[in-house]
Amino acid sequence: MVQLSVNGVARKYDGDPEMPLLWYLRDLLELAGTKYGCGAGLCGACTVHVNGQPVRSCITAMKDTAGKKITTIEGLSPDGKHPLQLAWQELNVMQCGYCQSGQIMQAAGLLKEKPKPTDADIDAYMTGNICRCGTYQRIRSAIKKAAGVKA
Amino acid sequence: MSAVYRLDRREFLGGLFSAGALVLAAPMALEGAVPAFMPTVYLGLEPDGTVVIVAHRSEMGTGIRTSLPMVAADELGADWKRVRIEQALGDEKYGSQNTDGSCSIRDFYDALREAGATARMMLERAAAAQWQVPLNECSAVDHEIVHRSSGKKAGFGTLVAAAAKQPVPAKADLKLKPASEFKYIGKGVPMADQVDIVRGKGTFGYDAKMPGMLYASIERPPVVGGSVKSFDGTAAKAVKGVKDAVVLPTFQKPYGYKQLGGVAVLADNTWAAMEGRKKLQVEWVGGENESFDSDAFRKKMSETVRSPQKAARNKGDVDKAFASAAKTHEAEYYTPLLSHAPMEPPAAVAEFKDGKVTAWAATQNPQAVQEAVSEALGIPKTDVFCHVTLLGGGFGRKSKPDYVVEAALLSKQVGRPVKVSWTRQDDIKFDYYHACASVYMKAGLNAQGRPEAWLQRVAAPSLMNLYQKDTMVLSPLELGLGFIDVPFDIANLRVENGPAAAHVRIGWLRSVNNIQHAFAIHSFVDELAHLAGRDTVDYAMDLIGPARRVDFSGQGFEHANYGQKEDKFPLDTGRLRRVIEVAAEKSGWSRNKSAPGHAWGFAAHRSFLCYVATVVEVKVDKDGKLTIPTVHYAIDPGQVIHPDRVISQFQGAAVFATSGALLGEITATGGKVKQANFNNYPVARMNEAPQQVHVHIVPSNEPPGGVGEPGVPTIAPALANAIFAATGKRIRELPLKKTRLV
Repeated sequence: MVQLSVNGVARKYDGDPEMPLLWYLRDLLELAGTKYGCGAGLCGACTVHVNGQPVRSCITAMKDTAGKKITTIEGLSPDGKHPLQLAWQELNVMQCGYCQSGQIMQAAGLLKEKPKPTDADIDAYMTGNICRCGTYQRIRSAIKKAAGVKA
Repeated sequence: MSAVYRLDRREFLGGLFSAGALVLAAPMALEGAVPAFMPTVYLGLEPDGTVVIVAHRSEMGTGIRTSLPMVAADELGADWKRVRIEQALGDEKYGSQNTDGSCSIRDFYDALREAGATARMMLERAAAAQWQVPLNECSAVDHEIVHRSSGKKAGFGTLVAAAAKQPVPAKADLKLKPASEFKYIGKGVPMADQVDIVRGKGTFGYDAKMPGMLYASIERPPVVGGSVKSFDGTAAKAVKGVKDAVVLPTFQKPYGYKQLGGVAVLADNTWAAMEGRKKLQVEWVGGENESFDSDAFRKKMSETVRSPQKAARNKGDVDKAFASAAKTHEAEYYTPLLSHAPMEPPAAVAEFKDGKVTAWAATQNPQAVQEAVSEALGIPKTDVFCHVTLLGGGFGRKSKPDYVVEAALLSKQVGRPVKVSWTRQDDIKFDYYHACASVYMKAGLNAQGRPEAWLQRVAAPSLMNLYQKDTMVLSPLELGLGFIDVPFDIANLRVENGPAAAHVRIGWLRSVNNIQHAFAIHSFVDELAHLAGRDTVDYAMDLIGPARRVDFSGQGFEHANYGQKEDKFPLDTGRLRRVIEVAAEKSGWSRNKSAPGHAWGFAAHRSFLCYVATVVEVKVDKDGKLTIPTVHYAIDPGQVIHPDRVISQFQGAAVFATSGALLGEITATGGKVKQANFNNYPVARMNEAPQQVHVHIVPSNEPPGGVGEPGVPTIAPALANAIFAATGKRIRELPLKKTRLV
């Protein structure tokens, strides 16, 4: 039995301990905002926060989430108005939008570590998150906008 | 497709408004009340004045689910805040729903304007009748009909019942707004789904569910065309949550959109299905593609383009002109198979019940779903109901609904709805690949280094193998993608095409054959410019020649022209010259002096009726590490409907094309594709992608051309030309990563 918290709600899980957190969130909790992209920690689409740190939920086994606080895109802010979510809208960042939950969760991790990131900080921190539509330029701008850093 | 007609109530309820959860309640609320008003297939009004606009094309990131409804809303005089967008199911009454070919605006801009104008005129007539004033004194402004002289106003909602009783105006009687009155067209509105998406609420194909469904994971034959000899599913079925393991039928060529076969493991969650699949014991029959080896295939294509092949276009006397040329230059280029790798791998859920199929799918073409599922299950296509989710990228992959066929076949076998979710490995190993190609170029030059004779020869597997088995040569459509229609002002010019077989499924990928054609042609132009000691932009302008409508007549081919007539969409070299001038000016071409390690490259190309000139800046450090600080595009796509989405398409295309040019390559041995995930099929990440992409739209009153794909073809040649200027290394083979830059 694994006990964990997801977006502030206490949860108990007694299925396959090897099941990745991603599928627990998507299939069992119906929190589908966290996306599957590669299943191997290569693309970042499945990024969630575990105890405040961005991790790849596709390679995080349920047995390793015991006692942990999980935050998904659905729980990033109570009203969906995290500065990153607002900046993403203001700059019309998304194209297809599929990777953007993971991008936003990763960027939220960056801003916790470096509230005023440089371009180099952003590139280094966001490199694990693939966007096949190619929205990187606007992602970079939106992170700076959310951080109040000059474009 | 633009015919307007009255929809009877039954069709109204059974067709559109049963489509989404949001409107499931609406018909009940309308029972016995004011009749809803739906004068065209694309647009209607609710009694409260809400304008409902049908998005019949698929949203995969272009913004079309916003842009086309925005066109209708503007023509209607609606307030965008009071518009609800409803996604259409697959139904031929909408016209083509195949969202590819960069043609949604081109093919449906007029139709959506007409839909808006139809409803507006009926509302205006209702108001004029009510107020007993002349019709021409009434107009629609911000969701109201206004009588200008008296100042009388009536909200759309108050007029819905009366408008519904007005006759539907004939197309010829529709009065369209002048451009000066546009509120949204040419300006834009925010993307319809962006609030949902930044909150993780958008529903993609991977997210679609049906009650009682099973999750399937399918082990497909490792060689396309192979089949299951035998399998043992005992261990798979022992995995907790696994319900069944069943064989999918083998398809017969042509490849079409058919299931690939294999063994499906069905379970009550995705992970259990994937775990069960790992435990399958399957013995395969290899099939006819078992001998496919991509290296050997490449050698064969190279031999093909090194020998004379059938002429597809012939102008002047090329052989004679070569014989008298002061010198000749030749080069051969190679581009590999590519995978689409959209961020969301193919996914669909389908239920077969009472002889009918209902599906939810991330598809670019729900009508193709109807056809493919109908064929696979032997049911009428009108009994296939395909709902379209958001698409996590498409790039052409999701026009081919083999994954929906899999879900429908499995549902029929197991008697429950089945969700098929491809893994990334499935996606990369079993794609409809972009064709590899060898292109041979030869020029016979005069003393000034200008071509008197020009020869282009290509060999590439044809995507027509999807529809006709064992097709060996390219179709006019494929040759028409920036190859046979080369617009150069050269007196003697021949285009040839040699045979190549398709041993994997070949399909179209963003900009299609333009990729290999543009890479070869515009790299070769740069080679010739350097040989002649001339500036490459000046040299390209010289080859393009004076501003004119290119006349292809009498050269042995029909100009495919992306399915459009030349009188409406001529190949206009004046527009091509103009984008080159703008790109050169905006990028500072004449100021920027290329030097070792830091240089600029150029290419200009017309595709999908859009004119594009591109300047790429590169830096190559002492270790050979490449960065791309800037890309400048100057584009003339004709009339622009939603400028920000046009810009975003080009910004994205620069990255997509960089992935292909720099990193992308699918290879195979023994018929089996070697790549499987982003580790061995890498795509550009933030630190590899162009850092700043500037898009300069050249104002144009020409009819709208495409914008989704035309940003792709120029990138590979402009990048390779920049690398040559920075390093002296001439790259004739993609991906670039195979060439050491120092």
